[in-house]
Amino acid sequence: MSRQQILESINASTLKTDVPTMDIGDTVSVQFRIVEGDKERLQAFTGVIISRHGRGIDEIMTLRKVVDDVGVERVFPINSPVVAGFEVLRRADARRAKLYYLRDRQGKSQRLRDRRRGLKHVTKITSKA
Amino acid sequence: MAGVSLLGRKIGMTRVYENGVSFPVTVVQVGQNVITQLRTQEKDGYSAVQIGFDEIKPRNSTIPMIAHDHKAGTTPKRVHREFKVDAKDIGSFSLGQALTVENLKDVPFVDVTGTSKGKGFAGVMKRWGFKGQYASHGTERKHRSPGSIGSLCSNRGFGGGLAKGKRMAGHMGDAQVTTRSLPLVRIDAEKGLLLVKGAIPGANNGVVMVRPAIRLYKSKAAKAAGKK
Repeated sequence: MSRQQILESINASTLKTDVPTMDIGDTVSVQFRIVEGDKERLQAFTGVIISRHGRGIDEIMTLRKVVDDVGVERVFPINSPVVAGFEVLRRADARRAKLYYLRDRQGKSQRLRDRRRGLKHVTKITSKA
Repeated sequence: MAGVSLLGRKIGMTRVYENGVSFPVTVVQVGQNVITQLRTQEKDGYSAVQIGFDEIKPRNSTIPMIAHDHKAGTTPKRVHREFKVDAKDIGSFSLGQALTVENLKDVPFVDVTGTSKGKGFAGVMKRWGFKGQYASHGTERKHRSPGSIGSLCSNRGFGGGLAKGKRMAGHMGDAQVTTRSLPLVRIDAEKGLLLVKGAIPGANNGVVMVRPAIRLYKSKAAKAAGKK
């Protein structure tokens, strides 16, 4: 086995195969596990993907939402076992790879345009949900 | 069989999750090590075990080395290293015996010895962390120079000159480095892999020696105790 194959074989069990297509600008709900004492429960964080970086096992995405006029951002390692699942709620048009400009926006200008991608994509979303 | 060291090849770094916590790990491929010689108190004045690692074509080895490995009943090996063993424990090792990652099964921390990446001829800022000189205020062509290296009265070695070991520019890297007390995160016996937390010396594909940690730093020991 080459070095690359060895590393891939280690990552194989951790890499998720059921991650839906999530693009920059999409509104996503992420379920993640929270351990309280000896109990475990799921919590959701819903926000807009403003950044995705890294590849393979290192891939990470940043979600942003605005609560009571306060911006909240959370970073999720996509392949972490703590992250239980993703649900794409809305697809939007983003013309940049990183939407950091949303941090400087207030009110209505924070909105992103809905994305129109044809029927093909709509069925894809519903099948994942 | 306490205190077994193993030779391996640095594969690269990745990330593994243990109980939801991400660990940066370096993968070391050990495969199989073979005991090629036993050093004994009577014969050699010290007791140690010599191990061989990595298959090599006979034509790339030398006849004395092929014969040496043959005596242990094994094929030619590329790398041979020794690790010390207490005289009373040497009886538990035998010539030609195979050592695998299983021998490090109950070891929580390891030391990893390798050859660091060569940096070539490096200046004092890179090599020793000197601050260099001002960027402006009249400094010309001396921004990364060491400055004064001493006067007649300071820093003098015995007999007039500068003290030996005065930190100056010179060759950096490509030297033996040991990283101590790294937690052993996982062992893959099937593939003969060790997953060590953190970085280890040298480039990928470099040969490293892994031994049980000989000393545990207090902070790391406390962390390990807290984990269990």
